[in-house]
Amino acid sequence: MHYVYDLFCILVFPGLIFLSIFGVIAEFIDRKLYARMQNRMGPPWFQPVADFIKLLAKEELIPEEADARMFKVLPVFAVAAVVTAFLYIPLWNTTSLYSFNGDIIVVLYLLTLPTLTFFLAGWYSTSLYATIGAVRTLTQLFAYEVPLFMGILCPAILADSWSLEAIAKFYSEHPWYTLFNLLGFVVSIIAVQGKLERIPFDIPEAETEIVGGTFTEYSGKLLALFRMAIDIELIVCAALLAAVFLPFGLSMAPITIAGLDIEPAVSFLIFLVKILAIIFVMSLIRSIFARLRIDQMIDFCWKYLAPAALVQILISFILKGILIR
Amino acid sequence: MAKVTIPIGPQHPALKEPASFNITLDGEKILDMIVKVGYNHRGIEKACEQRTYIQDMYLIERICGICSHTHSTCFIQAVEEIAGVQMPKRGLYIRTLVAELERIHSHLLWLGVAGHEVGFDTLLMYSWRDREIVMDLLAMLTGNRVNYAINTIGGVRRDITPEQIKTTLAQVDVLEERTKYYIQVATEEITLIERLSKVGTLSHDDAIRLGAVGPTGRASGADIDVRRDDPYAAYADLSFKVCVDNHNDVLGRTIVRVSELMESYKMIRQLLKNIPEGPVVVKVPRKIPAGEALSRYEAPRGEDVHYVKANGTDKPERVRVRAPTLANVQAVAAMLKNGYLADIPIVVAAIDPCFSCTDRMMVSMKDVNASKENVIDWKTLRKYSIDWYRQNRGLDLSKIKISKRW
Amino acid sequence: MASEVLNHVFKKPATVNYPFVKAVKPDKFRGKLLFHADKCIGCMLCMKDCPSNAITIKKVGEKKFECIIDLDKCVYCAQCVDTCPKKAIEATKEFELAQIDRSKLKIVYKNDNAEVKKDTQGQS
Repeated sequence: MHYVYDLFCILVFPGLIFLSIFGVIAEFIDRKLYARMQNRMGPPWFQPVADFIKLLAKEELIPEEADARMFKVLPVFAVAAVVTAFLYIPLWNTTSLYSFNGDIIVVLYLLTLPTLTFFLAGWYSTSLYATIGAVRTLTQLFAYEVPLFMGILCPAILADSWSLEAIAKFYSEHPWYTLFNLLGFVVSIIAVQGKLERIPFDIPEAETEIVGGTFTEYSGKLLALFRMAIDIELIVCAALLAAVFLPFGLSMAPITIAGLDIEPAVSFLIFLVKILAIIFVMSLIRSIFARLRIDQMIDFCWKYLAPAALVQILISFILKGILIR
Repeated sequence: MAKVTIPIGPQHPALKEPASFNITLDGEKILDMIVKVGYNHRGIEKACEQRTYIQDMYLIERICGICSHTHSTCFIQAVEEIAGVQMPKRGLYIRTLVAELERIHSHLLWLGVAGHEVGFDTLLMYSWRDREIVMDLLAMLTGNRVNYAINTIGGVRRDITPEQIKTTLAQVDVLEERTKYYIQVATEEITLIERLSKVGTLSHDDAIRLGAVGPTGRASGADIDVRRDDPYAAYADLSFKVCVDNHNDVLGRTIVRVSELMESYKMIRQLLKNIPEGPVVVKVPRKIPAGEALSRYEAPRGEDVHYVKANGTDKPERVRVRAPTLANVQAVAAMLKNGYLADIPIVVAAIDPCFSCTDRMMVSMKDVNASKENVIDWKTLRKYSIDWYRQNRGLDLSKIKISKRW
Repeated sequence: MASEVLNHVFKKPATVNYPFVKAVKPDKFRGKLLFHADKCIGCMLCMKDCPSNAITIKKVGEKKFECIIDLDKCVYCAQCVDTCPKKAIEATKEFELAQIDRSKLKIVYKNDNAEVKKDTQGQS
């Protein structure tokens, strides 16, 4: 029986189907906010669904010199990696579906997998533009990875645990300690734009320079799966940031309405609101900056982001020493 | 990574019009570049010789959509000089008004395109929204948003009412507020400055040697402007500043264009305050006496030159157009030396390329049979190209049908 | 920049949802041409001046003329409007002229001033 419940969680809620629907909604909100900030109307609510269905109906063209098996398998890997990462994030206040000590590191590594699949997709396409895009993806990975990891691990240092559930529990007991992580929050939000390949760091898929970047040769179902992976990655990264940096939830006391304990539902809704707030900030960042060049991006990340993350780590260590005493 | 040769164009999302740049890369650095133009050749110069002057006006206007009034005015000025007509003052003022409005709409369009090439879509949407104000003004004054067709031989076709003058002045005030905001963005927005400065540098000596005109040349310190050096239309009566900058890079070209916008607003206000009364057109006979004339015009992109030769009939004998982009495209290779791949779109966009204007030439080819033919007819040309593609590229294009409408 | 962008979230968008919201054209917009057969004297000056040979004047009786306009050849320059000595042609504000069937773009203005599309059944 337990296996049926597990299968349900992984595939339907909050697994694959829920994430697909929420990904579609998140993409719509992102595009609508982006459009409204630019003083135009924006797409209707069904636009991302329509895009997905249109891509499924198109013909798949695989270049002659490309490796067909890898070509077809990589999008599935990307989707699988991001869906798995979502299972460890605490969704109901401080409870997550599965948790163990060290799962924050696992989530971060599962989020690196999509970037590797993008690189491999571009490399195996053997097209000029795709190769340049793939090389840029990896170059960008070396720049934002270190500040992102350091930024996300700082609250873990203060909470003295590597498990996301335990971190969330710690911060909901001491909510004011989140203020000490503000610098880490800023560093993480900027670095996560690089992971999601959004402006100002959308260099690997710069449409005006290298046509389609890593996805130049992809079409049809495979491109639809890649787009779905990118959408779900947006939610997962926003959820990770919300879980680690914004843990203001209700207390664990059950709230009853008509005799039913709806406290998990309410805290889940609050979590969704937190994710949408982070997506709003990301859309704002997307509207006010231009795209940086790859060398400027590496300069920026190593000269400003990484030192800021180091300062945050220092603060966390010092505070941990003070507070534990 | 080893050396790769990557083709930018003829079809590419960065280019608004087809041109071919073959770039040899080492990683992200540019080693060499080969530029080829000619994809937009439509045979307009030959078509002009078979139409009357009145019909030619509308054909010449459609050389380019953004600078259509430029080509139309330049052509008409040459024809009027051959015919020896004296234009009425009010007509000249209206012509200059539409010319300055066109300069405003072209520079705002360029600002948006430059923003889009560096990934700054917000700037694109804002500047094109403000460009709509200019387009609506032009539709109100001339009857259409592009291809205004306000010129006719001997004057302009429509007069301007006092109500239209009031509306124009009010909208120019709105535009000036928005342009001040764009100046602030261009000088203070850090990511934009990072992408635009030190990119596409063209030294002063190179600009003079390669013959750069318009804002491309003025951003490298070359002090040339046809409106001041060789005044035409109503420019002799206006007082304005020529914006010269010394940055030598894309940021300098941005600053020159945005400053020119501010100057245009001042010029429009002077024009509308001092517009004289009188007729707007004089009657010119259909047959233009024999003669030839060269006329110059400061298009938004630079200096536009038209040459017209008349022979006493109502059709011109030869029309030759030299667009400003032809003078600027030679400088692109010099600008991109030791540059980055990511800079190519913005550097090409910074000279404001209009390849529709540029592709004018009819090159007579060395004939394959070594007979002394200079003019080839359509069937010989088609056979020559099918043979060339079969020999050099292995493609067989002989099955393609030609439409019967031609 | 950020404050301007945030302000725009709450303003009305500048784009409109065409075709559900109609576009308004100014007066004297150069749209589709309208021919007044009672004013035409058959001088054919409009045919001479048309840059794309889009207008044809046909004689259908003594001092009676009808006009065939090719909407796909016309560039809407309104030179014929200016050239006509009797002001028999007028430019309207109609601009939504797209058709799927090319034969529908040939407009015939008969002499009784009723517009008839060229059809193949021989009825007037």
